[in-house]
Amino acid sequence: MTYSPANYPERVLVTKIGFDGHDRGSRVVAAYLRDAGMEVIYTPPWQDIRAVVNLAIQEDVDVIGVSSLATDHLIIPDLLAELRAADVTHVRVIVGGIIPQNERPDLLQAGVSAIFNPGATSEEIVASVRALAAEARAVRDTEEEAM
Amino acid sequence: MDSAAPARLSRLAEAVAAGDPRALGRALTFVETGSDDGRALLSALRPGVGSAYIIGFTGPPGAGKSTLVDALIHAFRAEGQRVAVLAVDPVSPVSGGAVLGDRTRMGAHSLDDGVFIRSVSARGHLGGLSTAAHDMADVMDAAGWPVILIETVGAGQSETEIARVADLSVVVCAPGLGDELQAIKAGILEIADVLVVNKADRADADQTAKQLEGMLSLRAAGRGEVPVLKVSATLGHGVDAVREAISNRRAETKGRRSEKRRAHVASIAAQALAARIFAGLPEEAVTEGGGADLNDIVQQVLGTMRKESGT
Ligand SMILES: Nc1nc2c(ncn2[C@@H]2O[C@H](COP(=O)(O)OP(=O)(O)O)[C@@H](O)[C@H]2O)c(=O)[nH]1
Ligand SMILES: [Mg+2]
Repeated sequence: MTYSPANYPERVLVTKIGFDGHDRGSRVVAAYLRDAGMEVIYTPPWQDIRAVVNLAIQEDVDVIGVSSLATDHLIIPDLLAELRAADVTHVRVIVGGIIPQNERPDLLQAGVSAIFNPGATSEEIVASVRALAAEARAVRDTEEEAM
Repeated sequence: MDSAAPARLSRLAEAVAAGDPRALGRALTFVETGSDDGRALLSALRPGVGSAYIIGFTGPPGAGKSTLVDALIHAFRAEGQRVAVLAVDPVSPVSGGAVLGDRTRMGAHSLDDGVFIRSVSARGHLGGLSTAAHDMADVMDAAGWPVILIETVGAGQSETEIARVADLSVVVCAPGLGDELQAIKAGILEIADVLVVNKADRADADQTAKQLEGMLSLRAAGRGEVPVLKVSATLGHGVDAVREAISNRRAETKGRRSEKRRAHVASIAAQALAARIFAGLPEEAVTEGGGADLNDIVQQVLGTMRKESGT
């Protein structure tokens, strides 16, 4: 593939915020996305939310994937708020890991685009990220044309 | 988006020049992905290009380039200098995808507004990686970043070309890299302004440094003294010496980028021209034993070109 502004690999930030340091899940997902031809910016765990926003800006990513195995997902609404505060409104956020059923509606309500449990297949994850990246770029183009 | 509206690009260029990091992130994508939009953006930014000092870091995978770049970011920040980084990572040969991990070693700076890091994958660029990296560095320059560090894996030709377009080129080696070290030795002789033997905390570092010094002594004179610096990037030992070598060689190498850029453009143009000429050669010229006088054919080709260009 040769890049063009209308067609270049999806850029995805795969990261972990919060206190839990188990990053096996995010490594696996990063490998899935790479094997699907995407460009993955991977961070170690324990990222500060503001750092994630800076990374998203500097790397011009389309999608942010956050892994949460314990309670990290509880601060994801803060990440979405920080993104909005920085005027980064097109980037889609997905969450993967162990998210209790009853906490999902709150996450979706806060603006999370998709949630994957540990049973999700690589095909499901890749297809979702691909569709969300396309959506993010469409929103971004509309915003930038209209500015 | 097939092609962005001109108004959108000029707004973006303005915001880049004003130092907006979000605009810089976007502009880098436009320029990296090439084509008309990227070129339009670059020419809008061109007046602001030329004051940054660009330092390339190349060497085999695992030598410690990212770790050294991280240590140097700390050194520049301690002096109050703002630093931008382009980190080029290899790509999966199978999928074309990549996990861009260089910046994980530079994670301490992700909350610092005085540091801007962009990861680049090594493949897929229209016109080649070195052109893309060079254009991206120009955008960072236009955005007001005074120091730009470019990390590339010194395995292929395009990586060495990136070193050619930087103002100063630092080659990073480490002991115990065996074959990979052998493979880059030829390249070192040509491109290194500063040579770092990293992982000097290891016992075999002295031997590697001696080997490299030996090779440098065979190098043609007149390219300036190339310091061989023993560094431990993880321990922070010797990093100040690298920082100093970068300053010391600045006066001498500053502006080399534009000179190199001219040479780079000339070589790209020469290749394109050669391809065109070759495609247009008459059959006799390319078939063996065709009997045609080669001088005649050369004159004929030049004649056609003169007619085409109207001179
Ligand atoms: N012992 C030792 N290890 C180092 C040093 N610098 C880097 N490393 C290690 O070498 C590995 C590769 O480093 P990295 O900076 O990613 O290398 P790169 O591929 O050249 O960018 C990592 O595990 C580093 O921790 C050093 O000075 N001494
Ligand atoms: Mg590296």
